[in-house]
This record gives sequence, C-alpha cells and structure tokens, in this order.
Amino acid sequence: MTPRRPRKNPLRRTRQPLLPPAACSRKAHLLTAAAAEGRFALPRCGACGAYAWPMPEACPNCLSIDITAADAPSGAVLMSETRAEVPADPYFRERAPWRVGLVQMDAGPMALVHLHPAPVPRDRLRLTLMLDRAGQAVLYAGPENGGDMTIDRQWQEMVADPRGRRVLITDARHVAALPLAHKLAAAGAAEIFMGLPEDWKPLENRAEFAAVPGLRFVALDLSSDRSVEDLARAIGGKVEILINTADHPRPGGLSAPAAATHARMAMEVVAFGLMRLARVFGPVLAGRGADGDENAPGAVAWVNVLSVFARATAPEMAGYCAAHAAALSVSHSLRAQLAGGGVRLMTVLTAPTEDAWFQLAPQPKVTGKALAGAVVDGLMRGLEEVVAGDVARDLLARLADNPKAVERDLSQGKL
Amino acid sequence: MTDVLQMLSGALASGAVRVVDLTHTLTEDFPTIVVPPEFAPSAPVRIERISRYDAAGPAWYWNNLSFGEHTGTHFDAPAHWFTGRDQPRGTVDTLPPEHMIAPVCVIDCSAESARDDDFLLTRAALDAWENAHGRIPAGAWVLMRTDWSQRKGAAFANLRADGAHTPGPDAEAIHWLVHERGILGFGTETIGTDAGQCDHFDPPFPAHHYLHGAGRYGLQCLTNLHLLPPKGALVMAAPLKVHAGSGSPLRVLALVPEQGEKP
Repeated sequence: MTPRRPRKNPLRRTRQPLLPPAACSRKAHLLTAAAAEGRFALPRCGACGAYAWPMPEACPNCLSIDITAADAPSGAVLMSETRAEVPADPYFRERAPWRVGLVQMDAGPMALVHLHPAPVPRDRLRLTLMLDRAGQAVLYAGPENGGDMTIDRQWQEMVADPRGRRVLITDARHVAALPLAHKLAAAGAAEIFMGLPEDWKPLENRAEFAAVPGLRFVALDLSSDRSVEDLARAIGGKVEILINTADHPRPGGLSAPAAATHARMAMEVVAFGLMRLARVFGPVLAGRGADGDENAPGAVAWVNVLSVFARATAPEMAGYCAAHAAALSVSHSLRAQLAGGGVRLMTVLTAPTEDAWFQLAPQPKVTGKALAGAVVDGLMRGLEEVVAGDVARDLLARLADNPKAVERDLSQGKL
Repeated sequence: MTDVLQMLSGALASGAVRVVDLTHTLTEDFPTIVVPPEFAPSAPVRIERISRYDAAGPAWYWNNLSFGEHTGTHFDAPAHWFTGRDQPRGTVDTLPPEHMIAPVCVIDCSAESARDDDFLLTRAALDAWENAHGRIPAGAWVLMRTDWSQRKGAAFANLRADGAHTPGPDAEAIHWLVHERGILGFGTETIGTDAGQCDHFDPPFPAHHYLHGAGRYGLQCLTNLHLLPPKGALVMAAPLKVHAGSGSPLRVLALVPEQGEKP
C-alpha cells in the first residue's frame, strides 16, 4: 500500500520555481535532441573524428566547424569530486549541497558532471545525457554497474519519478489507461485520478480500475469547456503529473460518409481538448514546479500520448491524422508554457495500438501495456520525446531519411 | 373569440391555469442517443463562453452553442425517419404552426416502468386508459409518463452490453394511436420515442416508423409529466425554425387547469 502523501502546510508560501542556468549555443541543442530521446551523444568532429565537451563552435583538435552530435561510448573514470556547499546560482543554492565530479571520458574529453552520491575517485562511471530543469542537456555520472539512481535527489531533479506524486490520466477508455494505472501504482504514485468521459456510458473494465490502489474516477470530457474547467477547479492544485490519453480514432478517408463529423470530434477531443487542458491545468502545474519536498514532490511532467500519424499522414484516417498533427503543434506551445516552471512536457508518439479501432492496421501493433511501459520509462528517465512501437520508430526513421517516400508509401496504404 | 384569450389571460394571472415546464435544462452532460460507432454520432451539447464581463468582452456575457438536432428535450419532425421523408411540411421549418399548440393525454406508466426497465405500453393499456378517461381525441399529443426523468446519468441512459433498456410503446400500440386515433404525436421521458430495445421489434423503431410515416411528431426527454392531468392540458411545442431541420431542442410548456377548474 502506498503511504499517504504528507499534506501541505497551507500557511507556508509555495516555493517558486527557479531554473538552472540555461544559456547555451544553438549548436548545443544537437545534444538537447539526444538527451530528449534518451540517447548518449557527444559533440564529434566530422573531419578528424575527435569527441569534444562541451559543444564547441569548432573542433578543438583540428578547428573544423563540421561538428555534430554523435553516439559515443558512455564510460568514464572519476578523477575528482566535490560538493558545492554555497553555490552562487539561486537554483543550486536552494538545492545545496550539490555533488559534482571531474571525469575522464572513454571518448576522450574531460568534463564536469552532476555526480551520484556513491562513486569515489578512480571509480568507473556510466555517463547519461540528461535534460535539466531548464531543458538543456547536461552530463550525469552514476556507478558503472547502474545502481539505484532514484535515491539521488540530484537525479530526481532531472526526472519525473511518479513516486509520491498524484497523477491525472485523462481518459479511462484508452487502451493504455488501465496498464498505466497499474504501472504508476507500482511506481509509488500517491494517487491516480482517472478521467472518465461520458460517465453515463458503461466502462467495461470498471472493476479492474477500481482495484488499483489509490485510483479514483473523475468525470472529464475534453470536448467540454465546463468539464475540464470544473475538474481543474476541483483537483488542479493536486496534480503533479498529467498524462493525456484522450483520443478519438475513427477510420475513414476524406470521402468517408461521416468524415467531417468524425474529424470534428477528433479535433474537439485531441487538439481543442489539449488546448482546454492546457488553459486551466498548465498554469497551475507550472506554478507548482518547485512545490513540496522529497516526501511530497511538486509538479514535474505533462505527457501527451499522440499517434505517430501526427508526423506522417495515413490518408485512410485523414481527420484523425489532422487532429494529431494539430495536437502535436499545440503540444509545442504547451512545452513553452510549462518551461518557466521547470515542468517537462513529454510527447509519446505511438504506433497503431492493439484495439478495435486499429483492427486493420498491420502488426506489430502496440499493446496498452507496452505503451504504458514506454510512458512510465520515459518519466523515470526524464525524457521529452518517446516513440512507442517498432512501426512508429521505423516510420520516423524513414521520414527523416526520405519524407517523400513515406508520403507515397502511406498514400498506397503501406505503413 | 377574443373572449377566449381574455379568459385565458385572466386564468393565467389568477393561477386557475398553471404553466408547467416539461423541459430539461440543456446541459453538456445530458445523455444523447447512442448509435453503433460505424455510424456517425450526434454532436453533444456544448456551451463555450465567448466572454463574461472579462478581457474578451468587458461589459457583456455570451456563449457559443453547438448541439445535434436530437439532443436534450427535443422534437422529432417527420423527415427524421425514412418513412416520413416524403411528407409535405415534414421538416421543422415548414411545420404548420397550428400544430405547435395541442391538447395532451398522459398515460401513467410510472409504476410499471419502476418495476420493469423494458416496460412496453400496449394496446390493452391504452384501452384501459380510454375506459377511465374517455376517447383519445384526434390531433392530441399522447405522452407516456414513466418518471424516467427522475433518473440521472448512467441510470437514465441505462446502457448495457446489449443496448439501452428503457420503456416505450410496442408496435401495435403506436400503430393504433396513429391510425385509429389520429394523434398529433407521441412523447416520452426517455432518450427516444421508442423503447431502448426497439431495434429488435417488428418493424424496428416502431414509434419512429409509424409516427413519422404518417406525418406525426415525436417529443422526448420530457420531464414533469407527473404534474399533468391524464386529460385536459394543452402542450405548446415549437421547435427551432432550422432550415430543413429534422428536429431540434425546444422548450415544451403545458397549460394545466388547477384541480377543480374545468378544462
């Protein structure tokens, strides 16, 4: 049984969100992209092959400006370590002491890194490229054998661990909703609010939901201003992680008999629904980004579960694809809104899921359980961009390589 | 005839005739008819604020409304069903206005419906009603009182794995009302004029089939029918004048003589 989350002292001022220093070059965002996806990459010179750190404008070895972010070996040795007891930066001052280390990377460069409490000098380390609260890529070093990262409060500053947090899942009717509830409960979520649209319609597996510890249903219909606003009024200040699973998949091309009706409903739920959520839940989450403490942690993440068809259109689901493309665009605006509070927006692009609406989609489809696993894994690793399912990963790789070919393939019904 | 209107005006002022509202408030979470998902569903009721004395409009309050024609307390015109597609003046914009005010007979099925979600109004029950209250006049509304309007949400929709379970008329009863009594229309407190399981009747959706096929009307999602006498009240049901509309949400009012007053 999850222990009850300590209650907030209403007389104390809520700590306002501060962010670590965020100034970095445009080029450094090559590393941001890798960190957002959970890849370990380092700046690498295209001319001489040398790795560098931090991101240089030109190669420190040969002065070439052909610098990219390339996959790199993640091993390193700890040369020295220290604790910053009284940092000058306000963000770190609030969180002091802060452990940092000087490491010699297997890839070549030396770097100053955020350091796990366990390693001592000359220990082997495993480096991770992570997004800090300001959304920029930083190096974190933990024990080479992995170890338990979750015990480190510095690691916790950069991930979105559900432990002790209250989570809103917006749509119980999504195939991933029940597995998500199970995984979040197992991860120690303090409470799970499960949104139920049109609660006058039966929910077949209601009893299974009800058996999840700490779960309770809340009426929530993303197509309704009133419904979204009322829920925000009731529990907006109690949500530390919001996972938006609302969807309206309906097959049909542009000439399908009910194409406009279904497209409009998909837009209302997926795109405008996200805007409704963002309008009322966004500011309160961003305002609570530094609330609480390690026993009752503050707001940390917003997850949008979207279809990979947000990026590439399958014409036989024309309206659905348009709605998800719109939602992906809204998602980027929301990320900017949440950034000031240090609250991470994670986008999960999923392949067609294993449910009745994607019956005709080719295998392998994504099960609700696998999708839920991808969401919780992404939260635990502090990611911004998650792709669920081989079909989605393959589609995005092909899209990056040859977008016209993907367009032609999808227009012929080939996924 | 001006005396009649003066008398009515006086009766309304004195309370000898009461106005009873038979309409549910149009809300976003009121259940709507559910069709299999391969068919296009009705849009739900949505009320979106434009401004409310705020930065979007400092001195005024107003909303955008959207809804399907068959949401909330609503009216079914003949063109709603295929059997009524060739009826003249079969859409709400061409509806004869004189049909919008008519006498009403109320069949009390509340006790039976409380016992049986699938209660069916039969010809025998109609005979019993006529024995008690006299012949159902031609051109009258017949409203089926079930007290279903006192249910909320899931209990109101009452959806199960095999569809909705709500009371309504059987095929023989509605056929008889339309063709032997010449009623103006039939109204219910449930989501449809037909019973929840009506798709399995012969013909399917018999109330829709016979009513609209004969150019008659439907009213559904009514409330406050328990405030009406079995006979003697007047119903005012004027749907929105939607171009070529198959129905619309509307305000349904009844003029009810106080007990002791002669209808």
